[in-house]
Amino acid sequence: MKIGSTLNIALRALRRNKMRSVLTALGIIIGVAAVIAMVGIGNGAKAQVEAQIASLGQNVILIFSGSTTSSGIRTGWGQAGTLKIEDAEAIRREVPGVIAGSEEVVSTTQVAAGNQNWFTRVYGESADYFDIRQWPLADGAPFTAQDVRSANKVCVIGRTTASQIYGNDDPVGQILRIKNVPFTVSGVLTPKGLSTQGVDQDDIVIMPYTSAMKRVVGGTTLRNINVQMSDGRQIAAAQQQIISLLRQRHNIRAGRDDDFTVRNQQEIADAATATTAVMTVLLGSIAGVSLVVGGIGIMNIMLVSVTERTREIGTRMAVGAHGSDILMQFLIEAVTLSSVGGVIGIIFGIGASQILSSYAHWPTLISLSSIIVAFMFSAAVGIFFGFYPARKAAALDPIEALRYE
Amino acid sequence: MKNGEVVKLVDVHKTYHTGDVDVHAVRGVSLEIQRGEFVALMGASGSGKSTLMNILGCLDRPTSGRYVLDDADVSALDRDQLADIRNHKLGFVFQSFNLLPRTSARENVELPLLYGTHNLSNTQLREKADAVLASLGLAGREDHHPSQLSGGQQQRVAIARALVNDPEVVLADEPTGNLDSRTSVEIMGIFQQLNERGITIIMVTHEQDIAAYARRNVMMRDGVILADRAVERRLNAEARLKAGGTGSVPSDKFWDDTEAVPPS
Repeated sequence: MKIGSTLNIALRALRRNKMRSVLTALGIIIGVAAVIAMVGIGNGAKAQVEAQIASLGQNVILIFSGSTTSSGIRTGWGQAGTLKIEDAEAIRREVPGVIAGSEEVVSTTQVAAGNQNWFTRVYGESADYFDIRQWPLADGAPFTAQDVRSANKVCVIGRTTASQIYGNDDPVGQILRIKNVPFTVSGVLTPKGLSTQGVDQDDIVIMPYTSAMKRVVGGTTLRNINVQMSDGRQIAAAQQQIISLLRQRHNIRAGRDDDFTVRNQQEIADAATATTAVMTVLLGSIAGVSLVVGGIGIMNIMLVSVTERTREIGTRMAVGAHGSDILMQFLIEAVTLSSVGGVIGIIFGIGASQILSSYAHWPTLISLSSIIVAFMFSAAVGIFFGFYPARKAAALDPIEALRYE
Repeated sequence: MKNGEVVKLVDVHKTYHTGDVDVHAVRGVSLEIQRGEFVALMGASGSGKSTLMNILGCLDRPTSGRYVLDDADVSALDRDQLADIRNHKLGFVFQSFNLLPRTSARENVELPLLYGTHNLSNTQLREKADAVLASLGLAGREDHHPSQLSGGQQQRVAIARALVNDPEVVLADEPTGNLDSRTSVEIMGIFQQLNERGITIIMVTHEQDIAAYARRNVMMRDGVILADRAVERRLNAEARLKAGGTGSVPSDKFWDDTEAVPPS
């Protein structure tokens, strides 16, 4: 007997019980839709985090002053004041593959222009910073390496700062007073939005680090150094070279802890995406449970169906059905229910995530792989939960089955 | 049409083991049925007639003895081989019709074809089923579901299903048990017509007047054949229906005049 006939028989049997078939498939529809939508939400969040991490720049190594344990005193990153401008220059000079670097100091302070003032973050950076972070200007021009060398009183401001201070006016060329020092605004950055930590990245003033150290932050040490490599494959080697270079420069003896911390962008990305990955797995598993429940629904209905159709099975066997024909018929019924439910569930799941995206503004990402996995899984659910009832049907004795009331 | 015996049982025993007790349902039955015979298998409940019917229908295997169906020994075939024999050589008619519910008459009749080896297209299936249904006076009712048909019509659909694969033998298990007397006569009329066309029919019944439509009666008791004789005064269903007499007591003029075929 050909598989085509069995398929024909199974589909006829499903058509005979339309309402029941639809309700049984509904369990799978909801399960698959939930998996698709939940994984979509998780992946969307992950993609968003990854995009934000990528906005830190390509192939970037970050060197923070201080270490979690420094000479027995636990200091936070950037607080210890162990990184010097000369360290940054040495890294640029001696570590191969470094294409850009930016010395960074950070402070928060009140800025003012005219009768407006605003409390914001002030970053001191080198002129390479905008390239490293791939952060172009929306308006005006960035400060130059010459500005950095001369510690000129120029700055670039973020969109939030611009609108708080200047409202709708064009800030380029205006004077911004920072700790009573007048800085000329040379440009406005393109908006970046919120960071993964929920910080408004556009609430910022960026100026040459030389100017910042001299006039705003004070001190002679850097919070951190941003280094960009030409090639991602060099990052691991460069990290080791930076560590040994800085240990040598800081006269750290073997066995002692570093007084600085080196991180690369990938590590930061991994840490950030790990959280969203956990969320995706969590959401997906909860949705997966509903898929399994749907599968149990199929098994339940198939078992009821086998009992209810005992005489039908007996009749089929009397007119020549083999046990294997009966097995295949019930298995195909179960798999048809689950895979048709799977396809409808995929459509519903995509629809649900579209609705979430447009109304709740949650980023969602439906990948082809999650669709394929959800479909395969729902078909597998049909086979797994359909097999036991199908085998039970196939093992019936035709005489008993014909006599069954 | 081939001649000679189509069914041959040689010293068939069937023993069921229920717990510690052995139930000897059939204890040594030998029986030969020629092609074109119409045999009524009779007996009270517990006489072993149903067990014998199950063996004849290849639904069950004898514990010992031989069963030769259409010149092939089927006593030792396995489950799947028996299923193929049932599909190719046998047609079943049941007391309670056993039609698939919520399934059209046509699809019910197509059922044995689906399990056959023909691999017919849907159109061929349909044509074949419709032709058999029409031959049983059910033209125009192909799309009716069993619930939309009377008992007699349902049984005729079941007979169509039994005939669709051109079986060697039609086995009917109390085919009139669920029907009123007039419809019973109609169904017996159909069996007589089929028999006229040369189809071998074996029918289980416990009703004397239904058995009287057959050509030969085999009586069983306690697992053995008690009596095996030709029906001397055969009832003619067609004549009875024409006369409108459907009562359970047959009147003289409905006895068939034709000579009954003696058992060989």
